[in-house]
Amino acid sequence: MQFMLLFSRQGKLRLQKWYVPLCEKEKKKITRELVQTVLARKPKMCSFLEWRDLKVVYKRYASLYFCCAIEPQDNELITLEIIHRYVELLDKYFGSVCELDIIFNFEKAYFILDEFLLGGEAQETSKKNVLKAIEQADLLQENIDFQMRLFAGVMVPNLVSESSGLFQN
Amino acid sequence: MPAVSKGDGMRGLAVFISDIRNCKSKEAEVKRINKELANIRSKFKGDKALDGYSKKKYVCKLLFIFLLGHDIDFGHMEAVNLLSSNKYTEKQIGYLFISVLVNSNSDLISLINNGIKNDLASRNPTFMNLALHCIANVGSREMAEAFASQIPSILVAGDTMDSVKQSAALCLLRLNRTSPDLVPMGEWTARVVHLLNDQHLGVVTAATSLITTLAQKSPEDFRTSISLAVARLSRIVTSASIDLQDYTYYFVAAPWLSVKLLRLLQCYPPPEDAALRSRLTESIALIIHHDSEPTLLVRACNQLGQFLQHRETNLRYLALESMCTLASSEFSHEAVKTHIDTVINALKTERDVSVRQRAVDLLYAMCDRSNSKQIVAEMLSYLENADYSIREEIVLKVAILAEKYAVDYTWYVDTILNLIRIAGDHVSEEVWYRVIQIVINQDDVQGYAAKTVFEALQAPACHENLLKVGGYILGEFGNLIAGDPRSSPLVQFNLLHSKFHLCSVPTRALLLSAYIKFINLFPEVKPTIQDVLRSDSQLRNADVELQQRAIEYLRLSCIASTDILATVLEEMPPFPERESSILAKLKKKKGPGKVPDMDEARWNVNGNTEHSENTEPTNKSSPPSLVADLLPTNRPRPASYSPTILSAGNMAPSHPFTDLLNMNSSPAAGASLLVDVLSDLSSPAPAPTTGPGPTDVCEEHFSRFVCKNNGVIFENQLLQIGLKSEYRQNLGRIYVFYGNKTSSQFLSFSSSVTSSDTLKTHILPLLRLLLTDLSLNVHTMPVDPTVEGGAQLQQILNIECLSDFSDTPVLNVEFRYGGTLQNIAVKLPVMLNKFFQPTEMTSEDFFQRWKQLGVPQQEVQTIFKAQHPMDTDVTNAKILGFGVALLSEVDPNPANFVGAGVIHTKNTQVGCLLRLEPNPQAEMYRLTLRTSRESVSQRLCDLLSEQF
Repeated sequence: MQFMLLFSRQGKLRLQKWYVPLCEKEKKKITRELVQTVLARKPKMCSFLEWRDLKVVYKRYASLYFCCAIEPQDNELITLEIIHRYVELLDKYFGSVCELDIIFNFEKAYFILDEFLLGGEAQETSKKNVLKAIEQADLLQENIDFQMRLFAGVMVPNLVSESSGLFQN
Repeated sequence: MPAVSKGDGMRGLAVFISDIRNCKSKEAEVKRINKELANIRSKFKGDKALDGYSKKKYVCKLLFIFLLGHDIDFGHMEAVNLLSSNKYTEKQIGYLFISVLVNSNSDLISLINNGIKNDLASRNPTFMNLALHCIANVGSREMAEAFASQIPSILVAGDTMDSVKQSAALCLLRLNRTSPDLVPMGEWTARVVHLLNDQHLGVVTAATSLITTLAQKSPEDFRTSISLAVARLSRIVTSASIDLQDYTYYFVAAPWLSVKLLRLLQCYPPPEDAALRSRLTESIALIIHHDSEPTLLVRACNQLGQFLQHRETNLRYLALESMCTLASSEFSHEAVKTHIDTVINALKTERDVSVRQRAVDLLYAMCDRSNSKQIVAEMLSYLENADYSIREEIVLKVAILAEKYAVDYTWYVDTILNLIRIAGDHVSEEVWYRVIQIVINQDDVQGYAAKTVFEALQAPACHENLLKVGGYILGEFGNLIAGDPRSSPLVQFNLLHSKFHLCSVPTRALLLSAYIKFINLFPEVKPTIQDVLRSDSQLRNADVELQQRAIEYLRLSCIASTDILATVLEEMPPFPERESSILAKLKKKKGPGKVPDMDEARWNVNGNTEHSENTEPTNKSSPPSLVADLLPTNRPRPASYSPTILSAGNMAPSHPFTDLLNMNSSPAAGASLLVDVLSDLSSPAPAPTTGPGPTDVCEEHFSRFVCKNNGVIFENQLLQIGLKSEYRQNLGRIYVFYGNKTSSQFLSFSSSVTSSDTLKTHILPLLRLLLTDLSLNVHTMPVDPTVEGGAQLQQILNIECLSDFSDTPVLNVEFRYGGTLQNIAVKLPVMLNKFFQPTEMTSEDFFQRWKQLGVPQQEVQTIFKAQHPMDTDVTNAKILGFGVALLSEVDPNPANFVGAGVIHTKNTQVGCLLRLEPNPQAEMYRLTLRTSRESVSQRLCDLLSEQF
């Protein structure tokens, strides 16, 4: 896999992960181009498209698009399942995940991804093992700023799209 | 309310994020961000030391701002500090910041590496994982240098935790991709293979990716992985899903691992053992279909046939794609053909253009003589309402199929003319050039072609491409239909000329050539045509090409005798056999390897092989460039008669009207094809005599490499040579990429590096060049290496600078293309300044050293005129690219540029100071260099003064 992008229906980038070295300018260009291309596609169209010399595999979950660029010899179906497994991981961790979780806890989304994929390849496909690693880290955290735990969350505008669960299409 | 903040609540961060989200406009957002940046900056600069939590929070905010798309130019130091925190989450945020905002700032890199080193040595698995993730995410050369040798031992050590092994395996994979030369192969590779047997499926999953990559590079070393992978696969397939525990995914046993193992097995040729093969097929079927029923190739095809009608778009897409592969296998070709109606239906009814595209690909792949008429007809009718994005490709495909499977050429001509009628805009030059080549080579179709184009031209509106084909064919073969009063010479001429004024310059140029051919074919229309040529709109045309043609043709028709006219304007000789230019174009469009192989490797213009003796008459002599002799002109001729193009193919004995195809007025656009056509002509005669004689050394792009390390150093019609170089102290490494731009093989490819004769004694000891690796795409260095069409070959040159030098080595490349030995020599951009290490220093230091180097011989100064616009940023970049550190605030005049660096050779180091003073009014520069060695000052001055 060359890179993974998460972006909203409005075209806002929520997460970017690059497995090939590119300069910032090139990354921005690719992102802009790809977001436009994917958003222009109609709902029933297939999830694969040829783009430059790569294959793009994408899937929409509620308000979020998950989009991966893979090499021509890579397997599209298994990539689609990688996306799905990542959504499952997020869902399990956040408990019925929605876009807002990913906005407010972007660092967690990155940590989970790093446990699941490394260098663009699946590292650990077991849901249990990935979440165990993340939760261990959270436990380590617990001792440090437990007083912060009193804080229950901040008020956010209740945007239906961003707070609708990714699994309730 | 969603769980907005999970785990460690960073309240400040959450508040900031919701502030940003509440911003009503872009301006408000930018304002809020700037406020936050100012706040963070003051916190970082403040006297009060920040606690770890605050540092983490601010770094995290910076990260968020960066991810919103804003630039971040501080905070790196604080992030690096977090690495040495012993609190996990602080460390974690530090690593995340570094992974996302990779920075090549050299002092930081060593600090980062230091943090990583400590964590790797910590024996704390969570810390080790963070460090390994960071290396894998950044994957930079510096990190590879620091850690590539250490990670293998972590990977294979007996006491390493499983999760660390997983990270180490993929970390190594990433380093192997980015800096393969730095990952040491050794005893560990044998032990890595045994990770396929590991009890922990996560470890196997990670290790399989690594092994696959390594096995692609050196299959022999990893041959033992075959049996281990097969055993593992078989255990996955046969085990009850309960045994695989959490690795079962929607009732499928370890799908990711299975796919990876199958990919690993694809590195090796299929096994001989039938049982093993069925096992494999079964697994493939398992993966593709999520269904474990055993399937053979034909059954797979039937299975795919069912998917063609599946309601899931993704499956239909993949079925079409997979069938495309099956269609090119001789065993399943027939089975695929049975689905033709379904595929044609897909072409007509699919709503998604990418799926329709796959259907076109599949029709193209399944086409053979038995169904070609049906498929071509379907593609033509689809073309009428096809998506614009894929029209050109369909046109190319139709043109290729029509030619390849033409039983009689009347069908071929009809098809191509239809193609032009339906999608004239998408018919590229290659397509209509090709129809002309074929008509010229096929005697029996010429009359039919003339009649058909004549009829097609009757339409009130016809595409310009049709006019081009029509003009050319009537000019050559109009006589074949002139007997019929409905298409008498005058009627033909009037028909063409009625469209003349509506078309573009290149087409008009072509029509003028057709007219002069008419004068030869039909003496009776000569006065009419001369009148046209003589009109002001031709003789005084604003376009040079049209004007020249009109004048020359008019003079030719007046001066030359009938005999000379007949010789000069003789019918075109048959084109020599060569690969179809259309096929080459399609290959280029789709990239190498994407066009399903047709059974004939080489294409014959004539569509059959027994015609090859036709290449001979090409050389039948007609006076070379007679037109040019008759009408000497002093100004340089445009593309068509340009002597460089003529000489490119040694085409002296050929016909002067070869240029008809090259009527483009801009030399660049049309020339490449012409040269391509002509270069084939040269193969029979002069090849053996030219031999590998001395060639001119190309240094066209040489000076561009003084201030940069990467780029294209040489390019002609056949070959492109690209360089990527890196230097560290007195060592350098150049990656040389040879790209075959043609669609045919280069044979006997070899390369060497030499120094010119006079320099041999001088420079050989200075530059030790080692050819370490000459690897082709797939094969390892054969005795008689070939470079496939479209392929690239890579070579690595290692360089060591022993002492200072001023000349350059030459790269010699030799290969055989189309029977001719090609010999190319290119100056390698290895210059003294490549061995610079930049040196930062204060103003005080600089002037002190400047004074120390005050001996007259140590200073070289030159004043020169600017050759490029005097742009400060560009000049800055060039001086940095030259290799020295750019010192600001040293020179009292801020417009001047001052730099310092040290040249590293094996024996000595030479310090160097430079100063460049621009004078924008006079557009002049003054460059002064001071080094401890006269020869170095002089050489550097020569190199740098040519850059501005």
